[in-house]
Amino acid sequence: MVTLKELKAPLSEQGARALRAGELVSLSGELLTARDEAHLRAVRMLRTGEGLPFRLEGMAIYHCGPIVRRDGDWRVIAAGPTTSARMDRLAPELIRLGRPRLIIGKGGMSAEVLEAMREVGCAYLAFPGGAAVVAAEALPEVIDVHWEDLGMPEAVWHLRAEGLGPMVVAMDAHGRSLFKEVEEGVAKRSALL
Amino acid sequence: MYSSAIVEEAVVRLLREAECMLPADVRAALSAALENEPEMLPRSQLEVVLRNAAMAAELTVPMCQDIGLPVFFVRGRYDPRMERAIRRGVARATEEVPLRPNTVDPVSRANHGDNLGLWMPPVHFEPSDARHLDLAVLPKGAGSENWSALRMLNPAEGMEGVRRFVLECVVRAGPRPCPPTVVGVGIGGTADQAALLSKRALLRDLGSRNGDGALAALETSLLTDLNSLGLGPMGLGGRTTCLDVLIEKASCHTASLPVAVSLSCWALRRAFARVRPDGTVSFRQEGGW
Repeated sequence: MVTLKELKAPLSEQGARALRAGELVSLSGELLTARDEAHLRAVRMLRTGEGLPFRLEGMAIYHCGPIVRRDGDWRVIAAGPTTSARMDRLAPELIRLGRPRLIIGKGGMSAEVLEAMREVGCAYLAFPGGAAVVAAEALPEVIDVHWEDLGMPEAVWHLRAEGLGPMVVAMDAHGRSLFKEVEEGVAKRSALL
Repeated sequence: MYSSAIVEEAVVRLLREAECMLPADVRAALSAALENEPEMLPRSQLEVVLRNAAMAAELTVPMCQDIGLPVFFVRGRYDPRMERAIRRGVARATEEVPLRPNTVDPVSRANHGDNLGLWMPPVHFEPSDARHLDLAVLPKGAGSENWSALRMLNPAEGMEGVRRFVLECVVRAGPRPCPPTVVGVGIGGTADQAALLSKRALLRDLGSRNGDGALAALETSLLTDLNSLGLGPMGLGGRTTCLDVLIEKASCHTASLPVAVSLSCWALRRAFARVRPDGTVSFRQEGGW
């Protein structure tokens, strides 16, 4: 097993900028899940200056719609990442207005998101898609839940993380994206087939 | 005749097994991919995926939070109680496994809460004279389903056109459908039949080959081509982009050549049940439909 760089969230701008594409990391601390509907609502509220019901600055946003179950307290059953590209349209504004320091997801995001991350100081961590039970094991506590009216997958789950990983720094705050590099190679090789 | 309570119970167990236990052939293909991968980054992705599958089976929890939409295939004599029993089974499994409520109204996006809804779950009925009832479930996650594609080729484009379209689909999807993927391809029929065949293909064992020699050769050569792309596990680079290519065909109009592609993420989930007239039920996850 490879050793992982251990991150703690909330994270400072300096901490986010210290991350480099290709590093393997794990995360402890707090995170907020957010998918399509939560992005829509958060961006709308930030635009109008209405405060969010949770702190976003410095936080890690996790593109995830977990399975949670309530036996007394909420418990996370399965919580792998969802496809981040669906949030491409709203993420640049969310990053600029909300100033999160980490985005966790799968599959990577657009050049516009990469630019917003470079500007603000934010890094993208890729968690292996579908590894929902490994993730749930590292999410031992539901601290809070916001916007439950959006339904279980789309609500904002405020979770405590304990060694969530391994994750790959796939897009860093210096404009480098591993996904972009791999896709360029794929395009070249596919042209020969 | 079997009772609808037995069918309902079988559906709950089918979903539990499909969602929590990765079929043996898929596990073997992922292990082979890991063995074949020298680089640390893609190895780390495959190791986690395999560890996740082992944990899901041990704890009997869904291996992925996107439990998908459960696509059903049913073969037997038609009985109107059957569809209601399947729906009750899906609603119960949603509570009991538990499964994430995934179905929403396409316009209002309101979540139905029970994985049911208008035309949900999809049930594809294949009439047969047999006295037993065969059920298959293929839970299909949205991450891979969102990259499904159909093209009505010009017949003159032939199998070379099919090959190019499949390559294009995998390249365009990139890291998003959670590679290494399994590529289901439907050739021929009408547009809707091609799409259905591309899903039905995913019920076949990995490594099995189509009985049509030309299609078997295309399955093998496409797999080699796709794995030369370097997309790799989760699109982070590496040797294994696809675990297999499975092609099914139907006869088609002389002026048409439909081709459809359904990608499955690495978590190819499937389970089969046979309900016999005496009420006994057997379950399996491999061996095909």
